[in-house]
Amino acid sequence: MAVIRDVMPAFDLLQPTSAADAHKLLQQHGEQAWIMAGGLDSLDWLKDRIKKPKVLIDLSGVDELKGIRTSGDGIEIGAMTTLTEIANSPVINTRYSVLSEAVSVVASPQIRNQGTLGGNVSQDTRCWYYRGGWPCYRAGGNTCYADTPVGRNREHAIFGANRCVAVHPSDSVPALIALGAKFVLLTPKGQKVVDAEDYFVGPEIDITNMTVLQPGELLTAIRIPSTWAGARFYFEKIRDRNVWDFPLMNVASAMFVSGGVIDRIRLAVSAVAPRPMRLKHVERAVTGKPAEASTGEMAGRMAVEGAIPLQFNAYKIPLMRNLVKRAIAGVQESSWT
Amino acid sequence: MDLIQWAISPVGSRVPIHIAWFLGWVCVAAAALFMVGHAIYVGVLAKPRKFAANDSPEVLASISERVPRHSLVSRAFHWLMATSMFVLLITAFLPKVGVRMNWVTCHWIAGLVLSALVLFHIVHASFFLDFMSIWPDMTDVRDMVRRLRLALGWNSPLPNRFAKYPPENKLYHFLILCSGLAVIVTGLCMMKHVNTFGVLVRNPYIFGDMTWGLIYVLHGLAGVGLIALIMVHAYFGVRHEKLPITKSMVFGYMDREFFLEEHDPLRCRSVKNGTDQF
Repeated sequence: MAVIRDVMPAFDLLQPTSAADAHKLLQQHGEQAWIMAGGLDSLDWLKDRIKKPKVLIDLSGVDELKGIRTSGDGIEIGAMTTLTEIANSPVINTRYSVLSEAVSVVASPQIRNQGTLGGNVSQDTRCWYYRGGWPCYRAGGNTCYADTPVGRNREHAIFGANRCVAVHPSDSVPALIALGAKFVLLTPKGQKVVDAEDYFVGPEIDITNMTVLQPGELLTAIRIPSTWAGARFYFEKIRDRNVWDFPLMNVASAMFVSGGVIDRIRLAVSAVAPRPMRLKHVERAVTGKPAEASTGEMAGRMAVEGAIPLQFNAYKIPLMRNLVKRAIAGVQESSWT
Repeated sequence: MDLIQWAISPVGSRVPIHIAWFLGWVCVAAAALFMVGHAIYVGVLAKPRKFAANDSPEVLASISERVPRHSLVSRAFHWLMATSMFVLLITAFLPKVGVRMNWVTCHWIAGLVLSALVLFHIVHASFFLDFMSIWPDMTDVRDMVRRLRLALGWNSPLPNRFAKYPPENKLYHFLILCSGLAVIVTGLCMMKHVNTFGVLVRNPYIFGDMTWGLIYVLHGLAGVGLIALIMVHAYFGVRHEKLPITKSMVFGYMDREFFLEEHDPLRCRSVKNGTDQF
């Protein structure tokens, strides 16, 4: 289909300066409103003229949504905090380094300067059929063009496919899940706090949205408890190019090891399913076991149980198996299988 | 205001993709209006029903106090079908009104159950029940005209009592048949679009975009039609004058008094054949 780039459809630009005003505007305009954080995902949609909101609410002027604050139990990161600020934050580098590592590999320095944490976790999928404006399930149509015998689905899901096989593209999310982060939402009924993994929704429940955010709701902050501060972290992102690329897969883990045995662990993988996956069954299985290659191998095998590859993404199964293995045993202990 | 949602296909054609979902509310409103209108008509305007009845003593003697109406198999079919239909409607339309649930798998499994039940019903009704009892005959048509004339206050001979099913029931069955078959046939096609865990292999290319669009539109239209039909069915099921019929779908029999008041034994094949189930 014809795509007219660089000429955005007309919309009303609203620039609130407080979260309360932004929330009020969102409630006022409901489904007609589009929230723009850093604009990196939004401007793609708008310039491609695929999304045509009537109202665009630009959050860049809402200072209270920016910054990293320490609280009694951990830290709170404003949703409009840039990825660069997070990557350079001393407190995050010291206590939650998995997050700074994850956001440091997002796209390119310029994008990290502009992109925000709220935008990164709330961005839409990169499935090109969907982004190209095809009337697929996620766009409200009745077909998944990626999940066909000839569909280009190298980057798509091996788990959780249900009509739509697109994956969530965020790099920061696995790290946030591993850290036990909580997302703070402003809803018409007041503040709501959801666990990081519960912020995302799969197509079996809502095929046109990737998050639980409803019209009129706003993600204001992400809280990271101190529970996992200083843990042994692991993050790895696999991508086609070393810069400016979305993940083919990424993995993050946080674990406490005592006497060589895993005391506690949280493990998350993204870009393998329509929503980022926390591997609770693997966490349970490896707790109490030595943090070494044999445990990692077992974890890797468990992690890929039930995976169903599409025509062109079977490589994701051994990739995930090895990433999970490395997330537990570390690169030094692991070798490719 | 479009009744159908349209999209541009990958090859640039304008194709239908769904019905407009407000049609679901239209059907709910239409069914509610019908129920209110019917309740007012029956409560305020309708005259007492009268039938031409002249049963011979032999026929009267052949009718027991409890007249068997639905076999256990028929009742089991009915309630299983009702359950699957409710699951289908709930899983189809609650997500449309904002309830977030994992609906797709439940929906197609309930659809398969419904398909199997309907297949069973066709065989059962064709070979083990009085197949023609659910289809209108000329007596039904003539009696409906007579009932209409009497309702309007015009002169007319009295209509006969009903056969096993009143003509309204037959008309309802026909509408359910049409909409039910439409959702089943289109639903089975749509299973080629979703992950059915190996029951069917996904293949969206068996039809073109236009055909798929029409399948989805027909599925949607029949689906919202079923909302109205089932609402009306439940309404009649709980109306006091219909309770004997509802009870017969639970217990399997009908009281002799009600049976002779509403039904003509000679129009029930099994009575004519000397069996006690009609």
